[in-house]
Amino acid sequence: MNCHEESQPDRHELRESPRYRFEVSRRGFIQSLGAGLLICVQGGQLWAQQARGGQRTIAARLHIGEDGVVTVLTGKVEVGQGARTQLAMAAAEELRVSLDKIAMQMADTSMTPDDGGTYGSRTTPANVPEVRAAAAAARELLLETAAKEWGVARDVLKVDAGVIVETSGGRSLSFGDLAKSVKLAEVLRQRVPTDITLRKPEEWTVLGQPTVRLGTRDIVTGTHRYPSDMRLPNMLYGKVLRPPAVNATLKSIDMNAAESGENLVTVRDGDFIGCAAPSTFEASRAVWALAATAQWDIPPHPSSAELFQYLRAHTQSGGEGRRGGRPEEEGAVDEGFKAAAKVLEATYEVPYIQHVPMEPRTALAAWGNGAVTVWTATQRPDGVQGDVAEAFSLPRESVRVVVPDSGGGFGGKHSGEAAVEAARLAKAAGRPVLLQWTREEEFMWAYYRPAGLMDARAGLDDQGKLTTWQFTNYNAGGAGIGCPYTAPNRRIQHVPCDSPLRQGSYRALAATANNFARESFMDELAEAARQDPLQFRLAHLENERLRRVLEEAANAFGWAERRAKQEPGVGIGLACGTEKGSFVAACAAVRADAAKGTFEVLEICQAFECGAVQNPLNLRAQVEGCIIMGLGGALMEEATFENGVITSASLKTYTVPHLRDVPVLDIVLVNRPELPSVGAGETPIIAVAPAIANALFRATGQHLRRLPLRLKT
Amino acid sequence: MPEDFAFTINGRAQTIRTEPERTVLEVLREDLGLTGAKYGCGEGRCRACTVLVDDKPVLSCVTPVKKIQGVVITSIEGLAQEDKLHPVQEAFLAEGALQCGYCTPGFVLQIVSLLRHNPKPSDEEIFDWLNPSLCRCCGYPGILRAVQRAVAAGKEAQ
Ligand code: FES
Ligand code: FES
Repeated sequence: MNCHEESQPDRHELRESPRYRFEVSRRGFIQSLGAGLLICVQGGQLWAQQARGGQRTIAARLHIGEDGVVTVLTGKVEVGQGARTQLAMAAAEELRVSLDKIAMQMADTSMTPDDGGTYGSRTTPANVPEVRAAAAAARELLLETAAKEWGVARDVLKVDAGVIVETSGGRSLSFGDLAKSVKLAEVLRQRVPTDITLRKPEEWTVLGQPTVRLGTRDIVTGTHRYPSDMRLPNMLYGKVLRPPAVNATLKSIDMNAAESGENLVTVRDGDFIGCAAPSTFEASRAVWALAATAQWDIPPHPSSAELFQYLRAHTQSGGEGRRGGRPEEEGAVDEGFKAAAKVLEATYEVPYIQHVPMEPRTALAAWGNGAVTVWTATQRPDGVQGDVAEAFSLPRESVRVVVPDSGGGFGGKHSGEAAVEAARLAKAAGRPVLLQWTREEEFMWAYYRPAGLMDARAGLDDQGKLTTWQFTNYNAGGAGIGCPYTAPNRRIQHVPCDSPLRQGSYRALAATANNFARESFMDELAEAARQDPLQFRLAHLENERLRRVLEEAANAFGWAERRAKQEPGVGIGLACGTEKGSFVAACAAVRADAAKGTFEVLEICQAFECGAVQNPLNLRAQVEGCIIMGLGGALMEEATFENGVITSASLKTYTVPHLRDVPVLDIVLVNRPELPSVGAGETPIIAVAPAIANALFRATGQHLRRLPLRLKT
Repeated sequence: MPEDFAFTINGRAQTIRTEPERTVLEVLREDLGLTGAKYGCGEGRCRACTVLVDDKPVLSCVTPVKKIQGVVITSIEGLAQEDKLHPVQEAFLAEGALQCGYCTPGFVLQIVSLLRHNPKPSDEEIFDWLNPSLCRCCGYPGILRAVQRAVAAGKEAQ
């Protein structure tokens, strides 16, 4: 029985196609890259001829300069999750150079390989090994090259801190010096061998060390340029006219209503209307003037108050298995329910929530010679390259997307709206245009994590053993829908629905919704079986890694002792889960005042395991960040809407966790050096809500089956 | 109608001609090339746009430029003295107290102003002062560690 296979970890990622498609003529592409040209020719061009995921040359990954600096090329982006530092550590480890000799060239479609977007926790399991293999291969080639130069055998040489030395203590040669005498780019123009040996965790000197994020100094001094900080000479600032409701269509508008000025550009292209001016203030003023004349059609739209009925009534047939359509089935479910001593069922609900990255969508676009360059914040640079190309009917090569380290993503920046909009305005202006969405625009027009309903039904035998498991998810998604517990009969299904709001990926995708439902339901089952929730889970768990985190969390929290002594108003609960190859368990303590309907989360103790730990400092930050972000979805976040208008389109009405919301945190990082490293930026979010819900049940006797959790009075 | 405004920014006298209703944040970022203060919400609810005005933290996204005639402004770019980081910046660097770092300039300036008027704040005072500042990477534990480090460094310096 395999209930957590993950052969295609990003198969549940959600994508939206571009909103606009413009009328544009085709032109040739002449690229001027400036200083990046060298790398581009050596790496990017070679890369461009290879199929995605195909074997790459070392030169497509690494460039070694005469100053001894090694440039690592990757299509991954840095949005705060730590890819920049981790990939640099990976290269430094295998090349045997210090971290300060590594320069990262990330996410520039003109020179970096398409690494498949930054999502699905793929950097650690997929890209780190790729970079390590390329770096290890480069190290070997450098040794061979030096051996040839000196006319000695390869095995009397070794690399130490970026210097090739004779083990006898004779000659030495730095990478930089070697680069001066030999055309290293040619040497590295070889495929990365598949059988290259990587350094083992016990040999690591860079990986495994707590390492502060590269570029931190520029951030604390305010000199790092986020995408919204990019500036070009002669640029303008843009603003787009937004409809008054998510489903509104324009009937009429007076495009002459904006005061015309030498520096003011107004554009209408199909549904797209926007202005560009020397300041955002002036561009906004012009858009408001246009908006005042606009007439809209606003058809009826379901409200958040009727959301769950709406979803249930608007299912789609969809495809196969977990993607929707037919359920995945094992054993004999209907017979299982008939034979069960007890059958329980419950429905769980999660609302739409948003990522609210601190930096809203933004892009700076500049055209030249029929080609466009866009600096933007996205987790899919190559996807946005395609979106922009499609919107303007350009060949992909005429679009360059550059992603400077950005202000947060959390799965919310898979799309390229701002890039397309800025490019459209810049094209009309004949000057670069920067556009930054307001927070309100984010709430109205960016996508949400899908709302959803989960119907859970299970059968227990007279020994309190789980025999039958049925789980149906409406709309939230298929990630984490599997059941890690032993139950011979199981039926699992994801049913896609018509979503009233634009929806897309989010940190851990639907695993948060599915784990909330499953782990809350497990406590209801444990109660029905008259068993302790920890023992009940362990009795149905075979997976050693999941058992281990559950036991680690329970021990650190003092589960057994705290279950034994019940304090009035205080409750404890736990939950566990596995997703994207990593394992998490959380224990929570709450204090509730059932009469007032209020409660407080006192403490969360979480154990997390993702194989061999590569950067413990960042791992802790990701786990802490996931727990606290998870508190948002568990306790406070919920988008509300009526008549096509998001009524929570402000940080006043849509609240997210602040410092005072953080409970006592006890984090157990379980290091398993013998296991391959996997990503850690998502899974630690999935156990938070059910652990709290289960603690609230213990404190109040109420089963809370809807997020955000609210006590009934 | 545009008007003239004169103020001091990071130790330099500055005069600009602009619309009085534009926000200080926009003027810093779009006219003066000072992009260290960030736009996070535009409604005074995240503090990413914090600058110090006459040594007090001000939310530049909700402050019109007409309010800053004759004042002294410090933005994050003006905090370090040449190459020497401010102790709060040092503390963030030492603790690695950031993920995306977009909130960091705002947090640093809020903490600087807290420690200027209260060099040894209690935990309660720290929580009160910083609670309205938003970090969406939810790096609050790291930020707290940085504050404690900066407080300890301040004590040592005395
Ligand atoms: S941008 Fe000023 S408080 Fe959020
Ligand atoms: S570090 Fe990303 S918002 Fe604070």
